[in-house]
Formats: sequence, structure tokens, C-alpha cells
Amino acid sequence: MSELVNNITLVEEPEETLSMNPRKFILWLFIVSIIMLFAAMTSAYLVRRAEGNWLEYAIPSIFYYSSVVLVLSSLTMHWAYLSAKKDNFGNLKIAITITFVLGAIFLYMQFLGWVDLVNENVFFVGNPAGSFMYIFTGLHGFHLISGIIVLVFALVAAFRLRIHAKSLNQIEIAATYWHFLDILWLYLFFFLVYFH
Amino acid sequence: MATVAANSATVAHAEEHDHHEPQSFWRTYIFSEDHKTIAKQYLISGIFWSIIGISLSVMFRLQLGFPAMKLDFLRPILGNWINETGKLDPDFYLALVTMHGTIMVFFVLTAGLSGTFSNFLIPLQVGARDMASGFLNMLSYWFFFLASVIMLGSLFIETGPAAGGWVIYPPLSALPQAHKGSELGMTLWLISMALFIVSQLLGGINYITTVINLRTRGMSFSKLPLTIWAFFLTAVLGLISFPVLLSAALLLIFDRSFGTSFYLSEIYIKGEALPNVGGSPILFQHLFWFLGHPEVYIVLLPALGMTSEIIATNSRKPIFGYRAMIASMMGIAFLAFIVWAHHMFVTGMNPFLGSIFMFLTLIIAVPSAVKAFNYITTLWRGNIRFTPAMLFSIGLVSFFISGGLTGIILGNSALDIQLHDTYFVVAHFHLVMGAASAFGLLAGVYHWFPKMFGRMLNEKLGYVHFWLTFIGIYLVFFPMHYIGISGFPRRYYAFTSYDFTKNIFADMNSFISLAAIFTFTAQWIFIWNFVYSMFKGRKAPQNPWKSNTLEWTAPINPGHGNWPGEIPAVYRWAYDYSKPGAKDDFIPQNVPYSQTPESNLPHENELIGLEKEIEAQNLNDQFKQPH
Ligand code: HEM
Ligand SMILES: [Cu+2]
Repeated sequence: MSELVNNITLVEEPEETLSMNPRKFILWLFIVSIIMLFAAMTSAYLVRRAEGNWLEYAIPSIFYYSSVVLVLSSLTMHWAYLSAKKDNFGNLKIAITITFVLGAIFLYMQFLGWVDLVNENVFFVGNPAGSFMYIFTGLHGFHLISGIIVLVFALVAAFRLRIHAKSLNQIEIAATYWHFLDILWLYLFFFLVYFH
Repeated sequence: MATVAANSATVAHAEEHDHHEPQSFWRTYIFSEDHKTIAKQYLISGIFWSIIGISLSVMFRLQLGFPAMKLDFLRPILGNWINETGKLDPDFYLALVTMHGTIMVFFVLTAGLSGTFSNFLIPLQVGARDMASGFLNMLSYWFFFLASVIMLGSLFIETGPAAGGWVIYPPLSALPQAHKGSELGMTLWLISMALFIVSQLLGGINYITTVINLRTRGMSFSKLPLTIWAFFLTAVLGLISFPVLLSAALLLIFDRSFGTSFYLSEIYIKGEALPNVGGSPILFQHLFWFLGHPEVYIVLLPALGMTSEIIATNSRKPIFGYRAMIASMMGIAFLAFIVWAHHMFVTGMNPFLGSIFMFLTLIIAVPSAVKAFNYITTLWRGNIRFTPAMLFSIGLVSFFISGGLTGIILGNSALDIQLHDTYFVVAHFHLVMGAASAFGLLAGVYHWFPKMFGRMLNEKLGYVHFWLTFIGIYLVFFPMHYIGISGFPRRYYAFTSYDFTKNIFADMNSFISLAAIFTFTAQWIFIWNFVYSMFKGRKAPQNPWKSNTLEWTAPINPGHGNWPGEIPAVYRWAYDYSKPGAKDDFIPQNVPYSQTPESNLPHENELIGLEKEIEAQNLNDQFKQPH
């Protein structure tokens, strides 16, 4: 018996248990839950769409432009991260500020998109095709606001010189979340365009 | 990982972590960030909710068992829900059923069970100072508290609490004009559940992070006690499925309050057409059960994990098939996501799809059976010590088997057409989910009470409590199978007006109600034992059950940070019980192989060389790390 055990049990190398900073790990799990939230929404959209009686309407073109703005903000966010890594505090502050402004512009453009929808006679209340449009953009906007709040904290930390090459956690967390929100929007937008 | 010399950031964090000086009453007992305190808060809240939840069920059992009975004596509690003739209001009956289900599933067996034991045991058993984020952990409890206040409040409003069943299917739940319970009560239900979901996500994220990142030196995944595996997988299930319920609830909120038509289509109320077109109520069922089925395992898995631990400890035997247990829990967790439509066989599904879901559902029987066998083989020829915790664990195995068997019957779509929404289903899930998880919870309390409060529960009362409850639960739920097979539908106020129900089983319904009252009464023994022992119980020894896991190496009343000095390192798995050659019949996880030459197996002797390496490992000690 013991010989058998001996043969089948591999001697395990002791491994380091800590793999990642817990806060970053928490962020990733948080992202998983947001992904599931939107996965549910988009599957609901598909299930409902397959049943027919689906309103056709043009997606406001401003959403294309707002997507560009959001991608740009991701680039400036990355610039902020690189600046922090190089201890370039001037650029860091500028980059975070630009990201913040671009985020705000994006939100405003999303709002204009809603105005366009209303002008097209697509309302929140009515055929679910339209309602889903508002839900996707609205829920994403809500999460983007939370991303902006994270940015504000990073900005304050940058001004207090708490972010630098040896203390990158905060900017990394802010950046990861921001890029995620960017990718999330691109997913939602392509989804909406493709399954229209 | 930030390991940096003094800079402003680390200094700030060091301050944050330096709370060894006594704290104010509020920070210690109320807004505490200590996982042990939060666990106790969850436990007390869970007990509070279970008293309410079970009381509600006793009220509707009175109605079902004794339809002619005058219920005037309930008027001081229920007020006008008892009408002039002394009868329970039929609308309120539905509200009672709904609140009973919601409270028991979510507030007692999810929050009260996972919240208590994941919080209490994860840091203590993996060897961590506390949860990854004490602050989020505290937030998790207070979100739950807020959800509780709102849910409790909804019991007292004029139109009554939600009444659409714990599954709140639209259109009933989506149209305030449909039913009293769909008015304000439903709104409060949705708000409360949204907060509850946030609380569960915050908690679950913390559990996962702690298990992955904060294990002590040497605690590899293959040395984790099964409790931790179970809590971990439970948290993963919750993380993936609760957001989906949030989506479903959000869309329902928009339908109710803003007039959208996600779930509503072509409905006439009192001859008038509603404006909603194009929605699909089945969509809700898909979204709901995508959470709903994993939820039943969120409720059960922690109970299975804890009882594995308790049964191994009290059989004085290594757990049989440690890896098979983990594999079957993973299998169950995975399958839980692809069987949800077995709750919808009758709602109108493509029969081909039905067969697929039937097939997938029946596969669950395989990992479930593996678990049942492993329990039994662990017990087999063990040197069993019948502590109350052990009895409750064996009770769980019994319920898991007897309730699981009826699951296989229900999983057949052809049989389910007959049995769906009858008392057969009620019997099935009360045994396999309700009773089994409740027994897991009770077993956990009996087993870890000494660690929680530093005192022992009274054993004699524990035995009495066990036998009365065990017998009581079978008396309540076993007869329900017969009633269900004969066609009695669930969620009905009374059966007296149907020809086929008129003269049969009335006595059995009365019997079930009496048994329910009996079982409920028996729980007061436990409550009394719990409260009395908390203050006056016998002082607990260091390791009352002679158990191997790390929590018993911490001081009897662990302080902030759990271990006064270094956190112990771990060298072996948690199940070295009755090892041939060993001095004692148990070897705790923190005893190195170099100290037990008499009992080592050959390959374990090889591990001695690695001990230095384990000791030299970076200790994930939150007290020593700026982060
Ligand atoms: C062998 C394993 C199991 C199978 C095949 C199975 C199958 C089923 C099926 C087909 C139904 C739907 C019955 C109907 O509504 O007509 C059902 C209901 C239910 N099952 Fe299971 N089940 C199993 C194990 C479990 C376990 C382990 C739990 C909980 C821990 C559980 C909890 C429930 C609950 C709560 C319901 C009723 C939900 C409701 O309608 O309110 N089941 N089960
Ligand atoms: Cu199920």
C-alpha cells in the first residue's frame, strides 16, 4: 500500500502562496462580476430578439464618435501609467486630467446619443429593442462614473505625490479598471451594431 | 506586490494597520472589520431571521393543516390579515409563503451560513490575520443589514410584503395592479435583494481573494481543508451567478416603475389592454434560474464542506477520497450552471431542449453520489465519537441522500410534468436543501462554538435537540411526497374546494402541521443552549475535538490578528487522524514531518528536506506588509 502511495504521489514543490496584490485581485474579481452582469443583459437581448417583434432603428452616429473618445482616453490613461513608472509627475498629472476630461466628454456624448434616440422616436419605454439600447448605454455610463471616481482618487494621490515608480498599485488599479470599461463599451457597441 | 521602504504611502498604510490599542465599543462590536466579529454578527442575524422565517411557515401550516381553525389569537401579530371570521387572509397566505422562502433561502441559508462560516473559518484555517479587505468585509455585513431592515420593514406595510413566491415570476410581480403583494411590498423586495446581492458580491470577492492570496507558508491548495474548498467554490458560484440575478431584478424594476416591456406583453387587466407589448416573461425565468439553481448549491456546498471536516474529525479517520471530494465539488459547481432549465420543463420549452437539460441534470447525480459514498466510507469502521456536531453531520448525509433521490425523479422531464409545482417538489428541496443545509449550519455551530465564544455548548441539550429535530424534519417532509404524488399543488391557500382533495389527506396535512410545530418548538432548546452557553457555558479547552486544522492552534479566544506571534506554517494535509505508528490519533497540520518519524510514510520522509524551504517562504502576513 505505502509503495503504491509512494509511486502515485508526486512530491510537491513548496510554492509561494502569495501571487498577487490582494487589492488588484479584488479588482479583477469585481470585473468578473461586472462581466457577468453584462453577459446576462446581452444574452437577454439575444433571447428576446429571437422571438421577433423587434423594432428596427438607426443607431445614432454619435456613438461611433464617443467610442473613439473613449479609446483615446484609454491611451492617455496608459500614458499616465508610463509617466508614473518614470516618476514624471508633471506628465502624470496632465495625463490623468486629460483622461478625466475625455471620460466626461464621453458621458456627455452618450447623453447626446440618447437625445438623438428620442428624436428618432426610440424611447426607453416601448419596444424592448429600444429599451435595451438605453439599458446598455445607461448601465455602462453608470459604471463609467464609478471609473471616473476612481480616477479622481488617483488624481488626488498624484497631486500628493503618492503615486510614483515605487508605488504603482493605485495607478495600476485605476488603469486596469479604466481599460476594462473601455473594452466593455467596445463590446457592447459592436454587439449592438452587429445584432441590430 | 509593494515591498518598499518608507515612503508616504506605506506610512499611511502602516498607520491603518496599527490598531492593536483597544478600540472604541463601536469599532470593536458594531462597525468592526475583524472577521470573527463579522462572522458572529452574521450568525446572530441568521438566527434572528430563521426564527422569523420558521414562524411564518408555522402560521401558514396552521392554515393548511386546520383550514377550519379560528386564528383570532394571531391578531395581535397579524392585525387585519386575520379577517372578521377569524380566517387568514388568502392574499396574506401568499405573502407568508413568499417571505418564508426568501428569508430561508437568502437571509438564513446564504447570508447566515456562508456569511458566518466563510468569514469565521477562512482566515483561521488558511492561516491569515484577517480577510483580504476588512473594510469591504464590514461593508458586506452592513449592506446585508440594510437589506434585512428593508425586507423586515416590508412585512409591516399596509399592502403586505411581496407575494409572488420567492421566484417572483412576472407578469404577476411586474404589475402592481395584479395583486396586493405586487405593490409596495414587491418594490421593497427588489430593493432589499439588490442590496443583498451587493453584500454577497463584496463578501464573495473577499473570500476568494483571501483563499488565493493569503494562505500561510506551506498551505498549498492540496493541503486546504475541505471546508475552505467548499467556501471557495461557493464564493465562485456566487460571483458568477448573483450579477445575473441583479440583471433580472434591474429589468423587472424598470418594467414595474418606468413602464418598459422587458417581461410584459399583451396583457389585459379587467378587460383593459395594457400598453406593454413585446416582452417575454420566460426571459425572466431563464435569468432567474441561472442564479436560482447555482443558489441551491451556494446554500448546500458550505454545509457539505463543514460536515466533511466534522465527520473526518469525529470518525478519527482520514477523509476518504480527499481529491475525489474536491473534484466532485468542482463538478457540482460546474454543472450547476448548465441545468437551470430543469425548473422550466413545464413553462413551455422546446422538448428537444428539455431532453438536453434532463440529461445534464441527471449527470449531477454522479458527483453527488461520489460525495455520499465518501461520507459513508469515511464513517465506515471509524472510531466514531458522537458529538452533537457529528450527529448533525450524519443527519445531513441522511437528508442529502433521501432528498437527492427525489431530485433524480424530478429531473426526468416526463415525470416532472406530473410532479411540478406539487408538494413532491416541496419535499424534495426541503430535504436536500433546507434540512441538509440547516443541519450543516447547526453542525458548524456545535463544532466551532468553542472557537467562537471560548465556551462549550451543553452536550446533553445538543443530543435532545438533534433527535427531536431529526425526527421532526422527517415527520414533516416525508408525508409530503405522498401528498405531492396524489396531486396537491403547492402555494395554494386551501384544498377544501376541490373534489379530488376534499376527503383525502386532510389528516395527513394536519399531521404535518403538528410535526412542524413540534420541530419549531424543539429549536428553542438550541436557542437557549446557545445564549446560555455564550455566557455561562463550560470553558473551552484549546482543542476540544482534537482536530488537525489551524484554527485550534490559535489562542482559545483569538485576538485581533488571530495568532499572537508568527502565523504557524503548514506541512501536511488536515486529515492525519489515527495514523499508524503515531503517538496520538491526530497530527495537526502545523506539525512538521521531522517531528513524527514514527508515523511517516516513505514519501513523507522525503518531504522533510523541504521543510526549511517552507519556513523560509515569504510569509503573507498582513501585519508585516505595506500594501
Ligand atoms: C441529484 C441531484 C438533483 C436533481 C436531479 C434535482 C432536480 C430538481 C428538479 C428537476 C427540480 C424542479 C422540480 C419542479 O419544480 O418541478 C428541482 C427543484 C428544486 N431543487 Fe433539486 N435536484 C437535485 C438536487 C438538489 C440539491 C442538492 C438542492 C439544494 C441544495 C436542490 C434544490 C432544489 C430546489 C430549491 C428546488 C425547487 C425550487 C422551486 O421551485 O422553488 N436540488 N430539483
Ligand atoms: Cu435546480
